[in-house]
Amino acid sequence: MTKAERDPHTGRMTTGHEWNGITELNTPVPKPVWFFLTLGTLCAVIMWILFPTWPTVESYTKGLLGVDQRSSVEESLKNAAGYRADWTTTLESADVAALQADAAIMAHVGKTGPRLFEDNCAACHGVNATGAKGYPNLVDDQWLWGGDPDAIMETLRVGINAPHQQTRNSLMPAFGRDGMLSVEQRRQVVSYIQSLSTSPGADLEKVAPGKEIFIDHCASCHGADGMGLEASGAPNLTDDFWIYGGDIQSITETIYNGRQGWMPHWEGRLSVADRKLLTLYILELGKDPK
Amino acid sequence: MISQLTKAEREWAIILSAALAIGGLIVGAAGRNDLLGIHGFMVFVIGFGLLFLIVKDLYRPDPSPKRVTRYFDDPTKAGVILCMLWVIFGTFIGDWVAWLLVYPDATFDAGWSSFGRLRPVHTTSVIFGFGGNALIATSFHVLQRTTRARLVDQLSPWIVVIGFNIFCLLAVSGYVMGVTASKEYAEPEWYADIFLTIIWVLYFSIYLRTLRRRKEPHIYVANWYFMAFIVIVAILHIVNSLAVPVSLGHAKSYSLFSGVQDAMTQWWYGHNAVAFFLTAGFLGMLYYYLPKRAGRPIFSYRLSIISFWGITFLYMWAGSHHLHYTALPQWVQTLGMTFSIVLLVPSWASAGNALLTLRGAWDKVRDDATLRFMMVAAVFYGLSTFEGSFLAIRPVNSLSHYTDWTVGHVHAGALGWVAMITFGSIYTLVPWLWNRERMYSPRLIEVHFWLALTGAIIYVFAMWNSGIIQGLMWRAYNENGTLAYSFIESVAAMKPYYVGRAIGGFLFFAGSVIGLYNIWKTIHSPDLARAAAPDLAPIPHAAGSQTVPAAE
Repeated sequence: MTKAERDPHTGRMTTGHEWNGITELNTPVPKPVWFFLTLGTLCAVIMWILFPTWPTVESYTKGLLGVDQRSSVEESLKNAAGYRADWTTTLESADVAALQADAAIMAHVGKTGPRLFEDNCAACHGVNATGAKGYPNLVDDQWLWGGDPDAIMETLRVGINAPHQQTRNSLMPAFGRDGMLSVEQRRQVVSYIQSLSTSPGADLEKVAPGKEIFIDHCASCHGADGMGLEASGAPNLTDDFWIYGGDIQSITETIYNGRQGWMPHWEGRLSVADRKLLTLYILELGKDPK
Repeated sequence: MISQLTKAEREWAIILSAALAIGGLIVGAAGRNDLLGIHGFMVFVIGFGLLFLIVKDLYRPDPSPKRVTRYFDDPTKAGVILCMLWVIFGTFIGDWVAWLLVYPDATFDAGWSSFGRLRPVHTTSVIFGFGGNALIATSFHVLQRTTRARLVDQLSPWIVVIGFNIFCLLAVSGYVMGVTASKEYAEPEWYADIFLTIIWVLYFSIYLRTLRRRKEPHIYVANWYFMAFIVIVAILHIVNSLAVPVSLGHAKSYSLFSGVQDAMTQWWYGHNAVAFFLTAGFLGMLYYYLPKRAGRPIFSYRLSIISFWGITFLYMWAGSHHLHYTALPQWVQTLGMTFSIVLLVPSWASAGNALLTLRGAWDKVRDDATLRFMMVAAVFYGLSTFEGSFLAIRPVNSLSHYTDWTVGHVHAGALGWVAMITFGSIYTLVPWLWNRERMYSPRLIEVHFWLALTGAIIYVFAMWNSGIIQGLMWRAYNENGTLAYSFIESVAAMKPYYVGRAIGGFLFFAGSVIGLYNIWKTIHSPDLARAAAPDLAPIPHAAGSQTVPAAE
């Protein structure tokens, strides 16, 4: 233990302790530290009095201001909804055709639609609604479940293969994996399907037997002509639009594993006004695809 | 290094390595149908490797009996090197994930390289790998010098250093395979957690037993902080990691807590990991190496006391500020907020105590990049604790929460405070440990300093910008009364800042590589050896500047 010494630079005494050459000055705690410690504690105590803070046996101190984060959120949401009410009430009550003719409403759709679409739909359908492999393009003329406003509204409401009681169901069987068609049969039906569209590479010798397989196994959903059925959500196979790809490998894979595309239901997650707004927005996009 | 161990210690080391290998084998067999098996096998290989190393040197002659009159620094040396390796690895991965945010496709289409797996590799490598090794290494060094007592034995410090690094390896290798407890900064699974608990209790016992042998009547401030760090981290780790494994043959476990209790436990842990791992421990480092390097007495002993108890008491309450505006009851949020605000006072008192200690040594700060590292660290400590208290205020948090502002804040603390104080301390420590006059190249320290400072500033400014822009975009409404921006628009708007951040991170990484090179050259430059070798001189028996042989 060393003796307390005076530090020549500051003129302060050391504490007299020393650890391997390190000493400490006995400088009193600077006044601002006490001041701010008091001020900080005072601020804390005031906030404890004003806001809910301390737990009691069965509850907690509510604070003089009586604020509660749950009710203040509810109030903010109510205020925001009230602010939008002048146009959202029209949106909810009027039918789509009338709304499409309403320039003021369509201006709102133009502003809010993209945000709503990007936050809820774009993750699958893409920012421009042009889709991707496995996710349908929404700006072309092809619709699995119908492209009129009511059909779109319904698809948004119940989803596809979604956990909604009234969801649209569309489950293409796994013809290969589940042993419903042999390898040769699958090759034949693939050739036939390819011959339906303009896709090149169809093997003509297999087309005729392929057609029979098609009628037996596929026509119930896709129609005898392969044009698809909106009632079963089965796509048209005679055009150039393919959700999972129209080359031999993709079609073979589709027939082997089947397809069980999935879209969430939005009832309970988006309001009627929001869903109608999205419908209007999609229809508008389809008119003038980017 | 093995030749420093006595015969008995070598035999114990063999038994323990064999136990580790057998333990690994048992776990590997139990978990053969699970990823746990791979970890068991890894531990087996490590245990076997250690066994081989020790057996190879088993019959070397006993070390000189004089060794007990000197300090024991071998584990510290290993810790310093490991700490530098981890910082290089950790900042490399950090920069990689930073670029992943700019180019999300840069994952090679693999699972292990996805952002979700690499990000905890980065955080664990820098916090535990870099920070943990730095703390263990320096705490052993400081403990001995400030107590004038040699570490209790030679084996247990080695177990702590090696065991802790095995834990880090298990953690990091687990993440890339998909093993995670899904708790931020506490991702390792139950078996790694149990292993760390054993190591940590041993660490604490070394500390206590060495302190009991101290020849100084008073316990120096640095040791208060190191002890707070070890004790509280043990409590945090044990409580937050309480979990039930799916079976003893599976890596997966489920937390004992659920819902809002789980969230609160997690952030009580998370915030106090910042407080006691990344703050208290490093304050211990600061309180030794800064006055040593500056050659000045601590500005105020009384201020040290106020700061220490202020920090240890107040931090414990602050965790709930991570859960503002969530399902956590509002009264817990108010408590967390108010304690976080008061916390600023002891935090600034600590930073002030460090900076005022430099009075009379500012010429050294100007000329010596090593001391400047520590000075800048204290400044960043002050800045980031101010920011922390500010962000803990609920209305401020409503803007900053979930944005990059939080990321910027963390890195102001991690790069500016934790890493800078560590580099300053290591540059002070390395010449002492390896008995050199100075570091190999003071110029390279200067280069490292400017790379680290520039990198940290670019990083923090980029994240302030992106964070505040994100926060403002998310809350902006248009005249329709609906959101003005979609989330993806806010993501796209971040790109320039993410590029900036990744560049800043790269500079920091490059500085660390230069640091390791400089340390390596220092160790391997015998011409830098000190003529009088204070480390070979015995531990001083009486305190007093005349009898202290070593500058350290």
